[in-house]
Amino acid sequence: MGITREIETEVAIVGAGPAGLSAAYEIAKAGGEVAIFDENERPGGQLFKQIHKFFGSSRHGAGVRGIHIGSKLLADCEEAGVEIHLNAVVYGIFPDAELGVIIDGHSVRVKAKKVLIATGATEKALAFDGWDKPGVMGAGAFQTMMNVNYVLPGQKVVMIGSGNVGLVVAYQILQAGGKVEAVIEAAPAVNGYSVHANKLKRQGVKILTSHTVKRVLGESSVEKVEIAKVDEHFQIIEGTEELLDADTVCVAVGLTPSIELLKMAGVEMTFLPKMGGFIPLHNEYMQTSDPDVYVAGDSSGIEEASSAMEEGKLAGVCIAGATGHLTEEEQQSRMQEIRESLLALRSGKGGEGRRAGNQEIVRRYEEWKRKNQDQ
Amino acid sequence: MEDHVIICRCEEITYGEIKQAIRDGATTLDGIKRVTRAGKGLCQGRTCRTLITQILNQELGRAPEGNECSSMRPPVRPISIENMMSEKE
Repeated sequence: MGITREIETEVAIVGAGPAGLSAAYEIAKAGGEVAIFDENERPGGQLFKQIHKFFGSSRHGAGVRGIHIGSKLLADCEEAGVEIHLNAVVYGIFPDAELGVIIDGHSVRVKAKKVLIATGATEKALAFDGWDKPGVMGAGAFQTMMNVNYVLPGQKVVMIGSGNVGLVVAYQILQAGGKVEAVIEAAPAVNGYSVHANKLKRQGVKILTSHTVKRVLGESSVEKVEIAKVDEHFQIIEGTEELLDADTVCVAVGLTPSIELLKMAGVEMTFLPKMGGFIPLHNEYMQTSDPDVYVAGDSSGIEEASSAMEEGKLAGVCIAGATGHLTEEEQQSRMQEIRESLLALRSGKGGEGRRAGNQEIVRRYEEWKRKNQDQ
Repeated sequence: MEDHVIICRCEEITYGEIKQAIRDGATTLDGIKRVTRAGKGLCQGRTCRTLITQILNQELGRAPEGNECSSMRPPVRPISIENMMSEKE
């Protein structure tokens, strides 16, 4: 048995996606020492598979493809002196927020004054008869194989879920030469942006609302998919079943925060369905119930990449303040700028709900804090 | 949904087994985990946590907010003991 190597750093960040990289850049820019760990071969998180152009304002990179936003962020981090560890699997978090990491097949202990958990999200599963057969997968998993690894894991796809992930991935499957048999949506209306839905409709893809998947048929993998209509209570209407020819079912029914390390660190959790499920309680400084553990991006509540970058900046600025690299005044003025930017991202259709969700998380944090102080 | 449908893929625990655990008195994710092993596998409940939460709500007629998060333990990723014990030269 060997002695485990140690890395000591001021700030350790888990996850080199949009939130983690944005935070790292802010901290390094302020003069802090940052090491970032990501289990993937390449940094950038989900940004590097986003080959479509972003929406929103130019301030948030609208019109730029996600992959280019990721490259820019990475270059900024490298220039600012952020230490980036790739193929680095953080498998646990131990007392005093010490991280257990496997880097290049070796065990490494990481000690830091502050830890930021920016581990993103996990795709939500949908259970139906046959969902454990090969050929049923998350839409995000399909997208990674297709856009990052250049493998088309299926030829004839049924997409479940008409949110933006479902619609965008369905279109990219067409671009990659696959066929989309149908997009199935349990709600009575399409969930995502109509600009994405219309691109599919123009290609002749059926979007079936008030429908669900009943089961998957096939000997050892997906061969046919049985779909059916649902009533207003999302119950299957018997007799409306229909069989589709497909070798793949992509599930795009939402994301849930990846909270495993946070829960292990003993951080207080709350359940908030509209933000994706179990959410780590945190305050407006992105600080959890453990004052040395911060969160940003989807692991702090499901939003989207632009908000993840802004939240990362916010966490970064607060950590830089807490470690003495920014004065109170500098921190407050930067925070004000970032908050305004976040407010712009959390407005309008879809954004309002996320704004309310974030407020609710902070409200519950304050409530927890009051209760905790009383005891 | 039929009872034979698998809910926890890592430990191969079915919908029927989870419903039975609830009928036997389990009211939390951790309770179901202790009785059935659902959520104790390689992924530490990453996939089935959401599904089991839904089953709990449905069986107990409970609001989603009433759920307590299950405990989680290292390793959160499948890693080999060899790597865990290996020293970097």
